[in-house]
Amino acid sequence: MNKELRRISVATLAMFLALFVSISVIQVFAVDELRADGRNVRTLYASYSAERGPILVDGQEIAASVPSDNEFRFLRQYLQPELYSAVTGYFTLNQGSAGIEEAYNDFLSGTANEQFLDQLSALVTGQSPRGAAVELTIDPVVQQAAFDAMAGQSGSVVAIDPSTGEILALVSTPGYDPNRLSAHSTASVIDAYNSLITDPARPLNNRAIAGDLYFPGSVFKVLVAAAAIDSGEFTPESEFPNPPQLQLPLSSNVINNAEGGTCGGTETATLATSLRLSCNIPFAQLALELGQDELADYAEAFGFGQEIEIPMSATPSRYPSNLDDAQLMLTGFGQYDVRVTPLQIAMISAAIANGGDLMQPTLLDRIIAPDLSTVLESEPEVRAEPISASTARTLTRMLVDGVSNGVASNAAIDGIEVAGKTGTAENGPDRPYTLWFTGFAPADDPQVAIAVVVENGGGQGQNAFGNQVAAPIARQVMEAVLNR
Amino acid sequence: MKPNDDQTGPLTGPIVDMTAPRAESAPRASGPITEQIRIRLKTPSKLRNLELALLVLAVAVSGGAIALVQLGALEALDSTVITYAAGLAALVLGVHIVLRVVAPDADPFILPIITTLNGLGIAMIYRLDIAKGFEGWESVGVRQMAWSALAMAVAVAVLIVVRNHRVLARYRYVALLVGIGLLLMPLVPGLGQTINGARVWIAVGPFSFQPGELGKIALAIFFAGYLMTARDSLSIVGSKVLGMRLPRARDLGPLLVAWAAAMAVLVFQRDLGTALLYFGLFLVMLYLATGRLSWILLGLGLFVGGALIARDALGYVQGRFNAWLDSFNPEVYDAIGGSYQLVQGLFGLADGGLIGTGLGRGRPELVPLAESDYIVTSLGEELGLVGLFAILALYVLLVARAYRIGFSGTDDFGRMLAVGLGFLIALQVFVVIGGVTRVIPLTGLTTPFLAAGGSSLMANWIIAALLLRLSDSVRHQPRLVVDDRE
Repeated sequence: MNKELRRISVATLAMFLALFVSISVIQVFAVDELRADGRNVRTLYASYSAERGPILVDGQEIAASVPSDNEFRFLRQYLQPELYSAVTGYFTLNQGSAGIEEAYNDFLSGTANEQFLDQLSALVTGQSPRGAAVELTIDPVVQQAAFDAMAGQSGSVVAIDPSTGEILALVSTPGYDPNRLSAHSTASVIDAYNSLITDPARPLNNRAIAGDLYFPGSVFKVLVAAAAIDSGEFTPESEFPNPPQLQLPLSSNVINNAEGGTCGGTETATLATSLRLSCNIPFAQLALELGQDELADYAEAFGFGQEIEIPMSATPSRYPSNLDDAQLMLTGFGQYDVRVTPLQIAMISAAIANGGDLMQPTLLDRIIAPDLSTVLESEPEVRAEPISASTARTLTRMLVDGVSNGVASNAAIDGIEVAGKTGTAENGPDRPYTLWFTGFAPADDPQVAIAVVVENGGGQGQNAFGNQVAAPIARQVMEAVLNR
Repeated sequence: MKPNDDQTGPLTGPIVDMTAPRAESAPRASGPITEQIRIRLKTPSKLRNLELALLVLAVAVSGGAIALVQLGALEALDSTVITYAAGLAALVLGVHIVLRVVAPDADPFILPIITTLNGLGIAMIYRLDIAKGFEGWESVGVRQMAWSALAMAVAVAVLIVVRNHRVLARYRYVALLVGIGLLLMPLVPGLGQTINGARVWIAVGPFSFQPGELGKIALAIFFAGYLMTARDSLSIVGSKVLGMRLPRARDLGPLLVAWAAAMAVLVFQRDLGTALLYFGLFLVMLYLATGRLSWILLGLGLFVGGALIARDALGYVQGRFNAWLDSFNPEVYDAIGGSYQLVQGLFGLADGGLIGTGLGRGRPELVPLAESDYIVTSLGEELGLVGLFAILALYVLLVARAYRIGFSGTDDFGRMLAVGLGFLIALQVFVVIGGVTRVIPLTGLTTPFLAAGGSSLMANWIIAALLLRLSDSVRHQPRLVVDDRE
């Protein structure tokens, strides 16, 4: 009987072993997956009963958890909610979250793997769990200047430090009040969400990174010019035919220059002049000569078609493919199906400003644990090198001309060399223009690269140009940076 | 196997023989009972002192758990801790004193182990009461405490009444009838009750009871008694098929009866867990008695075949299979009788992680039946992997103590009964915890000693009493081999 009993003992042990293994698998290896399951309300409760870490700008809280008397223990509050709504996003009880609140949820709620030792010591010492603080790169003065400059307009401003990729300002207007979404009453949160989502001004759209993509119009000429010069086939002095009108190949469509007539009044126009005066017809021909593959390659090098995480994911901008000649010529001045985010346009300027090196844009400065130790610190990182340093230098001269002596005159700042390009994108017959400015300053030692977009023609339909509306906004933001 | 172990003959002989030396080594019934108790207490056994020391630890662990529950969930201590801890201490001390008198050489680890499990169960049930706002007699924890008291009283009664376990062998056919009667009782119209889909309950007045829990003990006694006499004929092998020697066809009767009974439970009571438990018990004891692996394979084949047919024929079995294999599929998750509970239990376990949220700090109440079928996920959430491993280790230890009786026992009936009871606990733990952790399909069994429920608690305390009685008689035997302890 002992032999049988020994075998039964082994079998019994195997049964228990199976339980030890299955428990280990669930409680150690599958934990992240189970916690991330949308049906797991524990994650949610936990995130509300722990003191969520604050979001900081220049050491000041812009989002913080304050004690609350009900079952959730803490209420998320946003100070200056509309100013920072495009950055913080919102944090709701069970309707999802957005922005930094979503992107750094693990750290803010204290459940990130990097904080395991803190969780352990909190358990031993009996402290309530606390999340880490997320310090952003945003400069509150620049953010405020951008928000004020956009007053009454819907659109976006993105300002980047070109040498580090740090985002100094990220504004999307109209903003909204995330406090309405962090309330503890699910019914009132759903009401607030529904009223925001049905608002025709679409305040929940983060226009800087993830709203509808815009036609870039003439600001795209910066990229086309960069491609032309960097390819070595063209110089600023390369000449293009400059007729007042051009019929597109195999098409009845005729393109004009923005002001009508010939651009600059000469029979041929140099590349430099065409950029300075923003001539459409020379750029259409340049695009045709460069070819769509070349243009697509450069667009991709600047970030088109790629995931850009700041850490929120920006919608990839796109340069169309399979173009016929007419379509290719239209893309030369940012029409047809070229679509961009303001972040992408700011990145083009930032790369030129930084001698051809495109830095990874980011909102994160560092993450600080409750005991003030640094959990994570953002290091400047070269994302790509789309153009050479000499191309960048050449383009900078051309863009400075555009502000000092061209059609981007309203971005000029006294005593400072500003490089810039305006854009006025068409959205179709009878539809208001999208007004743009992008550039950087000071041209010899760039501290800020910027993109400004204003929707609905700045309220003037098809009567306003980028230089009238977007360039002055950019000037105010750049001045805020330079006056620091 | 020791030569004197092999007792397959008629019962009358050994019983007389075996009881005789015992009377010599431990004089009893000589003088009034008070006198007897006084002698026992004056000359304490080393084993009982060890047990007492371990019991202090067990009560301290349980009381500490209840205190932590209060601190975690209420952030304050009140007198409930003392009520529960003192109540538990008084109860197990009572059992301990009775053991000193009626079974002084019983295994010293069994009582502390089950006290710890019972106490942890009460702590977790009390914790869930707090979460659900239950108080007074509405509180499951208070009722569990009362059931524990009753269960321990019954266990003490078993220890006092059953002075010699071999007597039980004589009543093996009574045990069979009682076992089957208890098993079928829920099917009696008017008496039986269907709770959560399984018809394994009876209702008397305000109480509901699972008679099958007690039935499993009666059946273990029957199997041990029956196999003791039938093992020789069942061991005879028949023809050889595919390199495996099959039993003779005429000996298949008992196996087929047991299988048919298990299938009946599956079909009429809609209880996969109970069916698996009974049939598994039968197979293991059959193997122990005959040493024929072919019995096990044949039996397992029959059961798996039956279960597969049942899966296709019975909606509830199929639902259990789907919930097991495809738990996270939204359709299965949302289905009635689907995997909602299972998945919520997994979320609880995941939230506990390695070290748990701490007692009173998790949200185990989110899982349906968190205090009974799912008490393991509740404990896993608040005590973590570390806590669950400790609890599993206690079960392993308990089962090992039972098997130890099987190794060192001197009579076949006692050895088979001890192994059978030990395996019952092991299999029940495997089926329940395996069910909530997706090792096997989920079935509705209770976790021994931990889960809320009077019938389960009582049955398991009776098992413990029988194991204590068996271990006591093992040590009382005159031996040819010198025991390593004495």
